[in-house]
Amino acid sequence: MNALVPLLYLVASVLFIVGLKVMSLPRTAVRGNLLGALGMLLAILTTIFDRGVTGYLFIAIGLIAGTVIGTLMAKNVAMTAMPQMVGMLNGLGGGASVLVAFSDLLNTSDHHVDTLIAVGLSGLIGAVTFWGSLVAYAKLEEWPQFKKPHSLPSQQLINAGLVGLNCLFIAILAFSHNSAIQIACYLGIAISGSFLGVFLVNPIGGADMPVVISLMNSYSGIAGAATGFVIDNNALIIAGALVGASGIILTQIMCKAMNRSLSNVLFGVMAGGGSAGNVDEIYANVRSTSPDDIAMILDGAQRVVFVPGYGMAVAQAQHAVRELSKVLEARGAVVEYAIHPVAGRMPGHMNVLLAEADVSYDKLKEMDEINPTLDSVDVAIVIGANDVVNPSARTDPKSPIAGMPIIDVDKCRTVIVIKRSLSPGFAGIPNPLFAMPNTLMYYADGQQAVLDIVKAVKAL
Amino acid sequence: MKSLIVVMALSIATLVGLVCMRVQATQSGKNQESAVSQSTISSDSNSELAQGAPANPQTSSDSGRSLVLVASLTVFVLSVFVGFEIIAKVPPTLHTPLMSGSNAISGITVVGAIIAAGYKETGIGSFFGMVAIVLAMINVVGGFLVTHRMLLMFKKR
Repeated sequence: MNALVPLLYLVASVLFIVGLKVMSLPRTAVRGNLLGALGMLLAILTTIFDRGVTGYLFIAIGLIAGTVIGTLMAKNVAMTAMPQMVGMLNGLGGGASVLVAFSDLLNTSDHHVDTLIAVGLSGLIGAVTFWGSLVAYAKLEEWPQFKKPHSLPSQQLINAGLVGLNCLFIAILAFSHNSAIQIACYLGIAISGSFLGVFLVNPIGGADMPVVISLMNSYSGIAGAATGFVIDNNALIIAGALVGASGIILTQIMCKAMNRSLSNVLFGVMAGGGSAGNVDEIYANVRSTSPDDIAMILDGAQRVVFVPGYGMAVAQAQHAVRELSKVLEARGAVVEYAIHPVAGRMPGHMNVLLAEADVSYDKLKEMDEINPTLDSVDVAIVIGANDVVNPSARTDPKSPIAGMPIIDVDKCRTVIVIKRSLSPGFAGIPNPLFAMPNTLMYYADGQQAVLDIVKAVKAL
Repeated sequence: MKSLIVVMALSIATLVGLVCMRVQATQSGKNQESAVSQSTISSDSNSELAQGAPANPQTSSDSGRSLVLVASLTVFVLSVFVGFEIIAKVPPTLHTPLMSGSNAISGITVVGAIIAAGYKETGIGSFFGMVAIVLAMINVVGGFLVTHRMLLMFKKR
């Protein structure tokens, strides 16, 4: 009887693991998610019916309020706003860890040293996750105060000081036997951890948000695992470790896609490059085009590849793009989509946006998969993307994005770039692709541009 | 196959953890209730808190305690490896739902929140527990539902 509760938690943990495993195939992914939810339900019910839990009023209020708010958020969020949503949820998980560790400190007094260290870590990581995620949320929502990366003078020194302060607080917390001192230390950890969270994320620019979101995802897991050590619960430790690991993997993938190390993203400021005169020289031979000319080019195309960027989603052009690909497919062309890992604002974001527009996932090709075949592509249509198709990443070793893996659209026979103007992308550098002899620029708003092309192709 | 082995290793480690907890429970015979659930602490230790008296951990259970810690660390480290094994194989198409889904799983903190809110001596700690339940539950429910919404879009074909 005694072992039943931990065994049920074990079953819940296995459901999490199997759920994540089953989620790795698009066909079975829905089932995987449901298995995870089932594991969570089991864990919650087990906890409620555990003999150690008595006061049900608070529990009922909390469960109902959280369920209602969570349901409303999930039902109403737009797919373009998914990064903000996930960022916010990460933060709430971190916030919960801060509060659980605090109330454990208040509720019980005979803590061992290792539990107290876990309490401190839970508070620290939770606070960093909570405030870091909120700043990331504000940046993704493009609140004007957070739009530009801010950093205080000698920011890294201040951060190092805050980390040192936290270590000190945790040490006092762990070895003090006075509960008043312990509580004071914990509050100190929560407050300095909050500042640390803000200071860590605030200097990071909007283009690096995929890395931040992944990292915060990892932190929220680690905070949960730390809480697991506080209350000696394996389900929290296992689930937290799984999420921590998955966040780290996604962080690595995002960093690799930008050819930057994690520390460079966190502490470095991306160097701007290219002087104004330089830009005029590069863009001297840019040729622009019209929907009718594009329709003529597409008329004979056997293989067409779309290269979407976040700009496409901002212009709400994904449905128009799918319309165009349907028209082209009806005329016998093979249409694919080349997705750069950082095309959206979180890992896999572009795939979700295209899936929402009913584009089948087997047409979405990863960068590494499509790059070797691009020289047999007749027309590449770049829409709302810039830095991820900039060939200077490959050719100019002095470029700020040198070495970043890109989609080699310059190898296609014809490249059509749909863009409002020649303004630079996130990296703030000119793009020699726009001036290449096989490139045609079409200056227009993404959605209207694609609709005009659809009309012109239909009129052929 | 490799991940199956890791999952088995994880299960064994968890069983070891359970055994260790038994050892600890029998060693600290003084505190009967802590044997029921590792999260339950007897009420007399709470009165110690009220008096602001220092806590005095039973030295007899210290060896059992360190075994529990080692078992927990074992579970943690092995779970990290299981996580690496599983997640590394997820295709980029599914990275966003994977993240929101794993995000929902990290809402497991709700278990700790329920324990904190349902603590027998209702007080400020229980109130914080309730707030924690709200936050964690938004994370859990919002995360799983939004993941479901996204995955249905991928399933259509």
